[in-house]
Amino acid sequence: MGEEDYYLELCERPVQFEKANPVNCVFFDEANKQVFAVRSGGATGVVVKGPDDRNPISFRMEDKGEVKCIKFSLENKILAVQRTSKTVDFSNFIPDSSQLEYTQECKTKNAHILGFCWTSSTEIVFITDQGIEFYQVLPEKRSLKLLKSQNINVNWYMYCPESAVILLSTTVLGNVLQPFYFRAGTMTKLPKFEIELPAAPKSTKLNFSERDIAMAIIYGQLYVLFLRHHSRTSNSTGAEVVLYHLPREGACKKMHILKLNRTGKFALNVVDNLVVVHHQDTETSVIFDIKLRGEFDGTVTFHHPVLPARSIQPYQIPVAGPAPVTSQSPVPCKLYSSSWIVFQPDIIISASQGYLWNLQVKLQPIVNLLPDKGRLMDFLLQRKECKMVILSVCSQMLSESDRATLPVLATVFDKLNHEYKKYLDAEQSYTMEMPHKFVIAVLMEYIRSLNQFQIAVQHYLHELVIKTLVQHNLFYMLHQFLQYHVLSDSKPLACLLLSLESFYPPAHQLSLDMLKRLSTANDEIVEVLLSKHQVLAALRFIRGIGGHDNISARKFLDAAKQTEDNMLFYTIFRFFEQRNQRLRGNPNFTPGEHCEEHVAFFKQVFGEQALMRPTTF
Amino acid sequence: MAAAAAGAGAGAGTAQEKQFPPALLSFFIYNPRFGPREGEEENKILFYYPNEVEKNEKIRNVGLCEAIVQFTRTFSPSKPAKSLHTQKNRQFFNEPEDNFWMVMDKVYSSVLQQCYSMYKLFNGTFLRAMEDGGVKLLKERLEKFFHRYLQTLHLQSCDLLDIFGGISFFPLDKMTYLKIQSFINRMEESLSVVKYTAFLYNDQLIWSGLEQDDMRILYKYLTTSLFPRHIEPELAGRDSPIRTEMPGNLQHYGRFLTGPLNLNDPEAKCRFPRIFVNTDDTYEALHLIVYKAMSAAVCFMIDASIQPTLDFCRRLDSIVGPQLTVLASDICEQFNINKRISGSEKEPQFKFIYFNHMNLAEKSTIHMRKTPSLSLTSVHPDLMKILGDINSDFARVDEDEEIIVKAMSDYWVVGKKSDQRELYVILNQKNANLIEVNEEVKKLCATQFNNIFFLD
Repeated sequence: MGEEDYYLELCERPVQFEKANPVNCVFFDEANKQVFAVRSGGATGVVVKGPDDRNPISFRMEDKGEVKCIKFSLENKILAVQRTSKTVDFSNFIPDSSQLEYTQECKTKNAHILGFCWTSSTEIVFITDQGIEFYQVLPEKRSLKLLKSQNINVNWYMYCPESAVILLSTTVLGNVLQPFYFRAGTMTKLPKFEIELPAAPKSTKLNFSERDIAMAIIYGQLYVLFLRHHSRTSNSTGAEVVLYHLPREGACKKMHILKLNRTGKFALNVVDNLVVVHHQDTETSVIFDIKLRGEFDGTVTFHHPVLPARSIQPYQIPVAGPAPVTSQSPVPCKLYSSSWIVFQPDIIISASQGYLWNLQVKLQPIVNLLPDKGRLMDFLLQRKECKMVILSVCSQMLSESDRATLPVLATVFDKLNHEYKKYLDAEQSYTMEMPHKFVIAVLMEYIRSLNQFQIAVQHYLHELVIKTLVQHNLFYMLHQFLQYHVLSDSKPLACLLLSLESFYPPAHQLSLDMLKRLSTANDEIVEVLLSKHQVLAALRFIRGIGGHDNISARKFLDAAKQTEDNMLFYTIFRFFEQRNQRLRGNPNFTPGEHCEEHVAFFKQVFGEQALMRPTTF
Repeated sequence: MAAAAAGAGAGAGTAQEKQFPPALLSFFIYNPRFGPREGEEENKILFYYPNEVEKNEKIRNVGLCEAIVQFTRTFSPSKPAKSLHTQKNRQFFNEPEDNFWMVMDKVYSSVLQQCYSMYKLFNGTFLRAMEDGGVKLLKERLEKFFHRYLQTLHLQSCDLLDIFGGISFFPLDKMTYLKIQSFINRMEESLSVVKYTAFLYNDQLIWSGLEQDDMRILYKYLTTSLFPRHIEPELAGRDSPIRTEMPGNLQHYGRFLTGPLNLNDPEAKCRFPRIFVNTDDTYEALHLIVYKAMSAAVCFMIDASIQPTLDFCRRLDSIVGPQLTVLASDICEQFNINKRISGSEKEPQFKFIYFNHMNLAEKSTIHMRKTPSLSLTSVHPDLMKILGDINSDFARVDEDEEIIVKAMSDYWVVGKKSDQRELYVILNQKNANLIEVNEEVKKLCATQFNNIFFLD
């Protein structure tokens, strides 16, 4: 299998930590995505590593017993450590504050703490087997204040830090889930919901495990993902993943079912809004996109894998150590190992090897794995890093060997423009108020940059400069920009300037200059001059460039007549008589020139005898 | 409201008369409403030069002007004649804060208008002074300003360029121009108190954030007063890096032309000239900070209510100095490249003056560098006078025109007016005829003005 066939990969630079072993306990905090390596209960050191911070946090703490759970609050302000089933210990990591530990015992009598979650830099939730307790930590007082609590029997809990929702498994079977939502000191109870278990609940003991549940945000919405294993009683052909949509308001609703068509051990990740299902038995994974069209049965939509199952791309463990030792070749990493632990949304941890990876989707290989171009576009358009890939698909469709048919191209264009239209509408509604001085400075900076790299400046940019200046009556600035040719000459720009003449008379001159420089706009110059009744100037101009034999006499005579200046009319009339004489040997106008009306007017004003006589040789 | 009048000794007469260079005989400003009753005439006079003149003569002269204005008003209520020519002298009247009137001999009329504009730039309007402190304050201001300003008028060297009151723009390629734009915008961003900026190179304008009329008079002040005053120190070698001793500071050539002379002196005064702009509209008072590095000068104008501190000046110096130094050498280098490409290094073949009323752009190959004391022209004063005459002909009509004058000793003077542009060419060709002269001018237009719409 070539490298171009794998569409999932582990990130290149994993977080590396000390392997789990009897003296080194490893913890993962889903909120900060940090790995804690606790040696000898902290007495010989705690090393904390996150995905972004390459500088690990190291500290020591007194060994007061086995650590059950250890997490920093957001922004690493306060460290919370659970060592007993009744208490959690805190220590401040805020500069210049006391580092002495302080302890909080859970309020409910006889309750056992199952775990805790930080919901902000100073707010923490204890989850006990009898309910939840929401506290505010007061680091300077080294104490906690109970904000709210709720009694409820809890089997297990799950936390989604991205949405600040804690899910509690309740009831004997454990399949009734109670969500709570936390925000800025408040705790909101959301409607509970029941997960339908595959087999009839004959047994009355808990058979619903947190291993089969995940929470993740997909396309901006929170979903509870339930991995429903194959059951012999149902007629389904394999396991499936059921997606329950958990809205901020309203009831939770079953929305999507992802058909896995196989059985065995699975693990879930969510990457770039795609649900990734890993299958340990075959050591492959499949991906699902709930935005792609599926089969809708009236209540839920059934989805099949977007692509054939593939393994994650083989991964070489870089050999660490001093340079002379690393000459040995890198070791291939065992993928889908039973020691892998998967966290949401995209984290895979190998505690035995001491690695934390982010799972990534590779788009380029998918281009060849998904033959339906329409579906491929639908898929790609929803991905984060799709632009270059979409471009390559488009160029591929036009290349000789892979040329697509016109209907396929049409589909692709429609899909692209559907997205583009959404973008345009969004852009339109997004009107930013900026001081005009800043707008102009930004435009100038952009035009300078384009010029520096000798990229032509598009007309709309010039138009925006002019519009902004005109809106604020900054005509003199505009004049200066044009004087130094910052706004490149073009016919549209010259016309725009002409339209400004009534607000700013010099725009007329600027426009004429520009038309002159273009040297392809002589007709426009004549029109402009005639519209200003500068008939003689127009004629002189056209004669100057040698175009006077081809101009319409009628047009000039019309303009001359409109000036109500008889002498001007005489001059223009005489000019054309002479032209007729020169070109045709006769001063009279031909019927095709449609100048009868002007000849009549000439006779009326100056008399018949004033008409030029044909020269006879 | 107030009216100003200036009298000048008769200068250019006919060729037969003996010619005296024009000189300022008297200059006064009065307001007829301030002393309408008999015996109170003296109150009308706000400023009188020369001050030594006996009181009754002042009153008589003011009275005569007033009488002429009133008398002519009966014939032409909207346009009373505004200059009086006698055998020995000419007087020009101007009513700046109501209407400007055209006067026969345009040179001195323009000078008179300029006097007012310059006063207004540094003092604001007459009316504002009256509002602020009555006649007393106005008189003080007039005295303080004109007493010095009149000494700097050099009527004998006034010519066509003084009529135009134009602005010489520095020719520049687009890229360098955009770099300057970028520099100005960045400076305005980091020195947020800056309201307007103007940028000059080689005493020629490149950018003005001020409106045209304000820039016109500021340009006049900069190029005929402020910059020339600083030429001598530059020539004496003081234009060298002055802060080499300061560690960590990039070596640069920037220095203040207004404001503190030495930034290391903790006692240095941060006083900047105050100017008034947009007086018809928002009436803004500003501090004028002029900062120069090599040939590049930049004017920062900040609201007069903000008093610049020494710290501000040091900050400005540390931000602007290094960047302006680099920019100035960039401009110089680019200018030399462009000159080589266009081959305009050689002496101009044509002697001409060009002016565009639309953007006040002027260009002259007749004038050498203007100094505060006199403008050096390379042609005979009589030819300059012909230029002035053609100009006043042009002013009379709106139409495009062309005037060709055969002057003495093989000189031809050609004036062309196309739309809002005027071009004056002086040719000297032995035995040239009208057609040849016309051809020469066409050649000039084709080489110098091929990128504008200038009708042949």
